[in-house]
Amino acid sequence: MIEIRRTFTHVEDIFHEFGPPAAQPLRRGFIAAVLANPFAGRYEADILPMMEVLNAVGTQMAHQLLAAMAVPAERIESYGKGAIVGAAGELEHGALWHVPGGYAMRELLGWSGDRVAYMQGRGEAKTGQPGNALSIVPSTKKVGPPGCTLDVPLTHINASYVRSHFDAIEARVPGSPLADEVVYVLAMSCGPRVHARVGGLKAADISKWDGLR
Amino acid sequence: MAAKIRKLLVQVDETRIEMGQAVNPPTRRALAMAVIENPYAGRYEPKLDALIDIGEELGALLGQKCVAALGIAPGQAQSYGKAAIVGEAGELEHAAAVLHPKLGAPLRKAVEKGAALVPSAKKRGGLGTAVDVPLGHKDAAFVRSHFDAIEARVSDAPRAHEIVVAVAVTDSGRPLPRIGGLQVGEIKGEDGLR
Repeated sequence: MIEIRRTFTHVEDIFHEFGPPAAQPLRRGFIAAVLANPFAGRYEADILPMMEVLNAVGTQMAHQLLAAMAVPAERIESYGKGAIVGAAGELEHGALWHVPGGYAMRELLGWSGDRVAYMQGRGEAKTGQPGNALSIVPSTKKVGPPGCTLDVPLTHINASYVRSHFDAIEARVPGSPLADEVVYVLAMSCGPRVHARVGGLKAADISKWDGLR
Repeated sequence: MAAKIRKLLVQVDETRIEMGQAVNPPTRRALAMAVIENPYAGRYEPKLDALIDIGEELGALLGQKCVAALGIAPGQAQSYGKAAIVGEAGELEHAAAVLHPKLGAPLRKAVEKGAALVPSAKKRGGLGTAVDVPLGHKDAAFVRSHFDAIEARVSDAPRAHEIVVAVAVTDSGRPLPRIGGLQVGEIKGEDGLR
């Protein structure tokens, strides 16, 4: 149904932001995959089959991003995802990415919940600390021209309220998406903002294991 | 290291399908960028030695980053290019000092050989300014299939007192080259041109 036309990986090390240099530079990265949009140019009522197809794309992208980050999975502390839909598509085509993108990354980073239950609209049964990657993967999406930027939000993988990890990384693929394409994005970071100091819940104080606190 | 680096960024751009045609093997282009402090920001200095030395360091560092990101042996690199974006408190000559006197030799070492000129671009700019880094075959500048460019841009740089330095390395030419000219198989690789 779809093929990846182009991939774009970005990995950055932030040594400082005009404050004390970090003991270990903050590594962040994203991967973007450019795909043909099978629904471009028309309204299609049933787009869910595409979500199934995207599962394999999500898994492939998550592994490729982690490899580009060149760190063990345990080092990934926050994540995010997004989509940029070309001009002949609609926002809903970007929304197809929520499940395949999010769960591909969560499963890679240690989540052991029930994806099928989630897809059917049922909640997950939680007992104790159910693995890692417990938080919802924050996301954003837009319809845009080739080379447009998308600020992909990042939050802590185990507790969305960890304030030091509220962040965003700008994703952009020069020349993409064309009108009949979609750019799907996954993002990961290895730590808090480089000079995080606005208080709030700390990663060390996560206690509820409910994905929030 | 003489360069005061605030950020290092590495990108890999892989094209698998272009205009509906499979690109086999896919074209892969790497771009490495360093955001550095400009030691001469805000004043005129007749000599720019510090930036010349920084260029030498960055030629090695950024060249090696590109080759590593592509996951290739140095000798498999095919084309390269370089560029700099100078923040508002600097001058165009600062970009020239980084790029031209000493950056090339360690970059050539990182990609093995490199008989050809390293094509370059420079400009002044602000946060998020993009520069199109020209690409040319590393051993023969006239190879037409490898004339290309890759866009370099850092969303929060350069600040007024910073310089963004970019090096690009590929293991391929354009996705579907078909406009003739000197072919890779015809390279002599002696004079850097053909």
